[in-house]
Amino acid sequence: MKATCWMGTRDIEIRDVPDPRILNHRDAIVRVTSTAICGSDLHLYNGFIPGLEHGDILGHEFMGEVVDVGPEVKNLKKGDRVVVPFPIACGACWQCEHGLYAACENSNPNAWVAEKMWGRSPAGIFGYSHVLGGFAGGQAEYARVPFADVGPLKIDDDLTDDQVLFLSDIFPTGYMGAEMANIQPGDTVAVWGCGPVGQFAIASAYMLGAERVIAIDRFPYRLEMARDKAGADVINYEETDVLDALEEMTGGRGPDACIDAVGMEGHGHGFQYAYDRAKQAVRAETGRPIALREAILSCRSGGTVSVIGVYGGFLDKFPMGAVLNRGLTIRAGQCHVHRYMKPLLERIRNGDIDPSFVITHHMDLEDAAAGYEIFNEKHEHCEKVVLRA
Amino acid sequence: MDTPHPPDTQQRWTSSAGLEGRDAPGARPGRYAPELDDDRIHDRLDEGEGLARVLGWFSIGLGVAQTLAPDTLTRLVGAVPTETTRNTMRAVGAREIITGIGILANPDPSEWVKARIAGDAMDLSLLGRSLGNGERDRTAGAMVAVLGAAALDLNAARRLGSSSRAREVQTPRDPIRGIRVHKSMTIRRPVDEVYAFWRDFENLPRFMRHLETVEVLDGKRSRWKAKAPAGLSVSWEAVITEERPNELIAWRSAKGATVENAGVVWFRPAPGDRGTEIHVRLHYDPPGGRLTSTLALLFREEPGQQVKDDLRAFKQMMEVGEVVVSDATVSRGPHPGRPPGGEEEQS
Ligand SMILES: NC(=O)c1ccc[n+]([C@@H]2O[C@H](COP(=O)([O-])OP(=O)(O)OC[C@H]3O[C@@H](n4cnc5c(N)ncnc54)[C@H](O)[C@@H]3O)[C@@H](O)[C@H]2O)c1
Ligand SMILES: [Zn+2]
Ligand SMILES: [Zn+2]
Repeated sequence: MKATCWMGTRDIEIRDVPDPRILNHRDAIVRVTSTAICGSDLHLYNGFIPGLEHGDILGHEFMGEVVDVGPEVKNLKKGDRVVVPFPIACGACWQCEHGLYAACENSNPNAWVAEKMWGRSPAGIFGYSHVLGGFAGGQAEYARVPFADVGPLKIDDDLTDDQVLFLSDIFPTGYMGAEMANIQPGDTVAVWGCGPVGQFAIASAYMLGAERVIAIDRFPYRLEMARDKAGADVINYEETDVLDALEEMTGGRGPDACIDAVGMEGHGHGFQYAYDRAKQAVRAETGRPIALREAILSCRSGGTVSVIGVYGGFLDKFPMGAVLNRGLTIRAGQCHVHRYMKPLLERIRNGDIDPSFVITHHMDLEDAAAGYEIFNEKHEHCEKVVLRA
Repeated sequence: MDTPHPPDTQQRWTSSAGLEGRDAPGARPGRYAPELDDDRIHDRLDEGEGLARVLGWFSIGLGVAQTLAPDTLTRLVGAVPTETTRNTMRAVGAREIITGIGILANPDPSEWVKARIAGDAMDLSLLGRSLGNGERDRTAGAMVAVLGAAALDLNAARRLGSSSRAREVQTPRDPIRGIRVHKSMTIRRPVDEVYAFWRDFENLPRFMRHLETVEVLDGKRSRWKAKAPAGLSVSWEAVITEERPNELIAWRSAKGATVENAGVVWFRPAPGDRGTEIHVRLHYDPPGGRLTSTLALLFREEPGQQVKDDLRAFKQMMEVGEVVVSDATVSRGPHPGRPPGGEEEQS
């Protein structure tokens, strides 16, 4: 089959690889119909996630048709149309039973490596390095889906791939970002990053009762989408000082909740940015927490900072003093996607939201390399690339 | 060991050294505060700390070199510099610096020396990988060098470890020297189920990666066969020395075993209805002693890690019915995560 392979930093190739097969009793094989490139894939693309090897298949946002099931998968059969959540979860461990699917204790076969880095291992993730299991990703013609009796969501009706594909990751992720922000009626919420994840965080913040959402980015087309499609007020951090603007827009209180939808490749200006880039280049720091620092500094005292942008290792100049002295709550996590798939599918069915609004590019799987480049460079006003396999 | 007792009633496991007893099952808080007697401190300074200090500076020096000149070092070990080796070298370098500082700054360097050992294991496996495409001779040379450092590390860790546990190791009732491993895992199944599965020793090779077979000879005796490095296998007879249903199983190897070993496995209900805690304590003396364990490092089989991995696989057996794999963890050659052009498949 054809698959999107990581061949080195900013080097993607479509290669012919062996078809996946059933390895565990609860596996399914899915013929991928649609798959997307995620901001998290860009961290891999740019070489910031350790534990990737040449030839690894990328992709964790995918859906398709079940073509084979293992002997223990009772809920799916050949021909079913499914959306696959990006974390792999067993459904049986303590974490899974408590809804913390992205922290599943049984789904990372390389847990020992993750333990060396992070103390304990989270769940395995499709196409996201050997530290998270060495699972082949879904930007391919076929994918093996472990614990297929737990994760995949069956789509029976005539909703299109574009409408439901993002249940695999970014819609639930944005929603969880807003949910973790503990939004109360009347709250002002600030969202850093107007990538797809940020867009869904904005939309979800309104669903959860925010009075006003302020979105921050530097690309005018992304800010426009945040304003016109998701309903946010916007700040372009290249034109305005973010902390001043937020101060002004909230009458000096600061946003009640701040959501970081940027992650480890934060961009900025001036000395701090140069410093972070330099340290990251020699791996003395693994993330550039530019948005996160701002989120913490601007948040209302006693407010919540919700982190859904991905960080992989260690951060510098983390303003812990602000967190402690002003009593902030920080919440973070890879999204426990399983928990949100059904309720959010309901929202799509009801017409509360049509997630396809973020899609700017449809491409063939064959053209994945170009897709990565365009999305990474924010060329052609790219917001989200969907690949058709 | 003649008769094992649960940790809270047996001196040997719990009270001889503070560090040792801290994670003992049934540990009562307060009882395990490290007793800092002069002898012990003296021992430590004498035996391990000088060496640890050398390692500390070695780490920092190596780390700085790896961070600043990653390509040179990559070439030095016989591999071809690429973006990945550059990143890896820098990551490894950062780790070296951190452990180096840790060794020099920490009042108990044994933990940091262990970090160095883990680091060495990592370096060895990286070198192992570069063997595939690099220049064999130089890589082999580098392996020997890292192996030397690993042996040095292991040595320092053991000295530090044994001096802080000196009395325990020398307890005449516990004659097995060599490697001791303590690991635990919580399994989300009731104690009786977990115990029953484990007590049926013939189940163990289903999840213990290195075990080939276990043959139960009678109520107390069983014959174990395990894979050893370099394609060899070892076998020995084990005798149950104590058994309390749903509580513990203790064993030791029968006389004349090539790998003398003894151990206890405790089972206890985990608090808050979280299932069963299983605690394994294992002592063994590999043939060839330190040499073998250094070789074992070469194969990334640091003993504690192996036991932990086996316990994790056991947890998967109990919670999800089988050991979970990914393409990359079962295949060496071409698989969906790796384009064609490699070796044969492994399993
Ligand atoms: N937690 C999860 O489960 C989860 C799931 C999916 C994605 N993510 C993460 O969410 C993040 C965003 O993903 P995406 O797909 O939207 O990526 P993206 O790259 O399209 O979006 C990131 C946006 O952040 C903006 N940005 C950069 N620096 C900024 C700054 N200092 N202030 C404000 N905005 C800034 C960029 O201009 C860009 O528009 C990534 O880190 C990704 O890994 C997390
Ligand atoms: Zn994603
Ligand atoms: Zn689980």
